Amino acid sequence: MVLYILQGLIWTVIITVGSFAIGSLLGVAVAGARTAASKIVRVLGRIYVEIIRSVPPLVWLFLVFFGLAEIGLKLTPFQAAMLTFSVIASAYLGEIYRGGLATLGRGQIEASNSLGLSRLDLLVRIVSPQVFRTVSPSMVTYGIGLMKDSALASTIGVVEMTFRANQVTQNTGQGLAAFAIVGGAYLLLSIPLGFWARGVDEKMRKKYVVN
Amino acid sequence: MQAQTWFGYIWELLPGVVTALELTGIALALGYPLALLMALLINSAPRPIAWLSIAFVEVGRGIPLLVLLYIFYQGLPQIDIIPSAMNAAITAFTWSTAGYATEIIRSSLQSVPNGQLEAASSVGLSDSDRFRFVILPQAARIAIPPLMGLAIIMFQLTSLAYVIAVSEVMQAAYFLGTKTFNYLPVFLAAAAVYAAITIPASALVTSIERRLARHV
Repeated sequence: MVLYILQGLIWTVIITVGSFAIGSLLGVAVAGARTAASKIVRVLGRIYVEIIRSVPPLVWLFLVFFGLAEIGLKLTPFQAAMLTFSVIASAYLGEIYRGGLATLGRGQIEASNSLGLSRLDLLVRIVSPQVFRTVSPSMVTYGIGLMKDSALASTIGVVEMTFRANQVTQNTGQGLAAFAIVGGAYLLLSIPLGFWARGVDEKMRKKYVVN
Repeated sequence: MQAQTWFGYIWELLPGVVTALELTGIALALGYPLALLMALLINSAPRPIAWLSIAFVEVGRGIPLLVLLYIFYQGLPQIDIIPSAMNAAITAFTWSTAGYATEIIRSSLQSVPNGQLEAASSVGLSDSDRFRFVILPQAARIAIPPLMGLAIIMFQLTSLAYVIAVSEVMQAAYFLGTKTFNYLPVFLAAAAVYAAITIPASALVTSIERRLARHV
């Protein structure tokens, strides 16, 4: 039983890592839109983020899985989960990047312009490394949240841990043991990650806070 | 999709909103005081009790709420405790709320400058007066906006209670969906219901946050 449930961990990891990776790339576009020169683009970016955040993840998951099937776009449970969590992650991570961008001094951009660096160089070599450093603890915290949200994929039939624990409960009636295993697995994953994020955060505060 | 049917769906989801708000309200009313207690125990109780409190908080925050719901609803029957769906949901949501709120309250307590404590001691306030009149009011000002934000998140999360058949919005939507096979409009109606509550509530939190920040 333990082994059967823990085999679901692979789906938890694939969905979490996959949608985090896609979301962190799309998030760059979201942050770009939110800070764009054009007002229309900024407003569109804001609407995107607001709509995604004001509807619970479970509702998005059902809209994508059951709703899209109705208009002819039939996704497998795994595809639906990946699509949903990637899009949700793009909104949250985009906001995290935007917060990091706000802490970047204008002088950095001015200095880079006066050195004659191209816009691409500015983004890749000046802005990204600094922003990434400030936002990485928030990104890890968000990643932990995403991992816990991935349990929702069980509701549309992805055979991850929670889904398997449900099967075990149905077949054996040992619900407490089954779900305790799932809960324990999440704790073992999220507590060390949380400690790590806090450690990185503290280290950075010491290093970068100028009094 | 006809606008009339769509509004009809929203209408049918409204009883679910009442249940969702009820569940949120109870979880907050139980979870926030519990969180204050946990924050105090973690900060100042003797070690074994502080450790137990940390364990309690980590379980509430570290295990997905969905799994907590299953533990209480599908798990407890294994040891012959059979809770109603609503009671299982209240327990899971309270635990989760308390877990997240403890961290918010703990960091707000820590953000009160040490000088405030020293000043309070030097004018001869007792320990309990120091806490009630000096620390708590200042910490509350910092903790209130994130606690309100957490309340909104908890409201959104009530959608999860559908998995254990609590008759909230998603349960009603899923039922409507299987009855009419109009999943798309039905779930869009559910999304609209959540957004209609979440967006104004978030705006309210932002404005309160600004007002409180004026005096910090």
